[in-house]
Amino acid sequence: MRLAPFRILLGLFCLLVAVWLVMPTLVIIPMSFNEKKSLAFPPSGFSWQWYENFFTNPDWLTSFFNSLRVAGLVAVAATLIGTLAALGLSRMKHSGAGLLRAILITPMIVPGVVLAIGIYAVYLDYHLVGTTTGFVIAHTMLAIPFVIIAVSASLEVFDVRLETAAASLGADRFTAFRTVTLPLIAPGILSGLLFAFVTSFDEIIVALFITSPYLKTLPVQIFTSITRDADPTVTAVGTIIFIATTLVISAGLIISSKSTRS
Amino acid sequence: MSQTSHTLAAGGDNPRPTGGVQGPQRRLRLAAYPSLLAMPALLLLIAAMGYPLLTVTLRSFSDPAWGMQNYVWFFSTPVNVTVLWRTFSIAAWVTIVCVIAAYPYAYLMTAVGPRMRLVLILCVLVPFWVSGVVRTLAWVILLQDSGIINSVVRLFGLDTVKLIRTQTGVVIGMAQVLLPFMILPLYSVMRGIDLRLVQAARSLGARPSLAFLQIYLPLSLPGVFAGAIIVFILSLGFYITPALLGGPRSTMLSTLVQSQVLSLLNWGRGGAMGVVLLVATFVLLALAAPLMRQRHKQASRS
Repeated sequence: MRLAPFRILLGLFCLLVAVWLVMPTLVIIPMSFNEKKSLAFPPSGFSWQWYENFFTNPDWLTSFFNSLRVAGLVAVAATLIGTLAALGLSRMKHSGAGLLRAILITPMIVPGVVLAIGIYAVYLDYHLVGTTTGFVIAHTMLAIPFVIIAVSASLEVFDVRLETAAASLGADRFTAFRTVTLPLIAPGILSGLLFAFVTSFDEIIVALFITSPYLKTLPVQIFTSITRDADPTVTAVGTIIFIATTLVISAGLIISSKSTRS
Repeated sequence: MSQTSHTLAAGGDNPRPTGGVQGPQRRLRLAAYPSLLAMPALLLLIAAMGYPLLTVTLRSFSDPAWGMQNYVWFFSTPVNVTVLWRTFSIAAWVTIVCVIAAYPYAYLMTAVGPRMRLVLILCVLVPFWVSGVVRTLAWVILLQDSGIINSVVRLFGLDTVKLIRTQTGVVIGMAQVLLPFMILPLYSVMRGIDLRLVQAARSLGARPSLAFLQIYLPLSLPGVFAGAIIVFILSLGFYITPALLGGPRSTMLSTLVQSQVLSLLNWGRGGAMGVVLLVATFVLLALAAPLMRQRHKQASRS
């Protein structure tokens, strides 16, 4: 047991890293019940006023529903376009596939601000600043790489011979795709859908440039309220998002464990 | 051969939709040219990313007049060069911090039982459960002079450490946001390392440290490279975290681009800065790609 002190050290170090990872998420929760209008820790007293403010203040509610609408549209569009692209890429046999895949995932690495000023310039010309269409186009482009990666991952383990088998049993290509391929890659498509939704719901840099007083998304509203005044409503919003995400993920885990059991 | 030439042509002048052709003929075409399925994505990419980036590049050369004056201005203004240098140095610090924190963590993920591993993975994923902007606000709460970190520091009888509005604070916040991008590739590489190789080295008389340095570390390097390059490139373009956690002495290039365009309405200069950032990103990627590929080959060979 010469390695024991090393193990203890490793464990302690990783505990520290884990705390560092989780702390910013958890510190939001107690702050949201703060009685005072301040962001000093520890919070004092207990009140629901910041939740009340979120649900009654039209600024917050409108931006929340704007984000839901944009992210919903983006999730559908990006999943459709991205899944098609992933299918096409998986069926390409020549070397062009690698290049095309690399091109299609570039939005992930292009610096956000550079992309944002470009999109802003183009949108000014085409009157798309502050429109749902503008937001959906930009966010769909940003979300497609995540869908391609998620769907490609499930296509990689998909056995193409299954489709051939379906075809040999008389199914045409579309039937074979719908009844064999689609159900098998459905988990990949679903996680792509989720990633696309989150990408749009959370996107801030491009949104800051193409926003207008008439169309603000939730991250923009959060950012302006942080920079303008230290409004604790942000912590209530953060807590609500955290709880909603936890519920969605637990539901997903329960459903997937049930479906694998049956 | 015909497929290759078709793919090359498809990006340019031949994105003819197939919707008009009906029935089996259409399916036949899709089957013969699978790259057509990727066309909607490619077209959207060209319209929503290619065209805007082209606009930025053009303006950097043409606004207010044609020529290189925006680039000459950028590189001859000391403030800009300082910020450019600082952007790279912050990105390097963030990468180093991420490697140091992620390496033991990813190793522990491979060494523990399934239950403990689930907890460790959960800790990596929980940061994603709350919006990025909210998380940056959380860092403001943690790092401020009256924040939690300074309360702990004072508990030990030490002086208040200035963290908010400093470069250290920016690095702490950015590294936390980017740590998952380091841990996950490292974990996937480490999971594939055959631990019997290390045992073999030990049985042949190598001390644990030597077995680690000569066997385990080289095998895990592809993961380190992959993670480091992602973290470095993403840090170069960071905007929100430095804007909220940093002060005037920790401004990064993105903030400068934003203020040129939105506050000063100077598209030419802002565009030139953007192009510098963009070129830096792609040059790094081009330099790193063959390195990563080579390392992969080495790892799979041994």
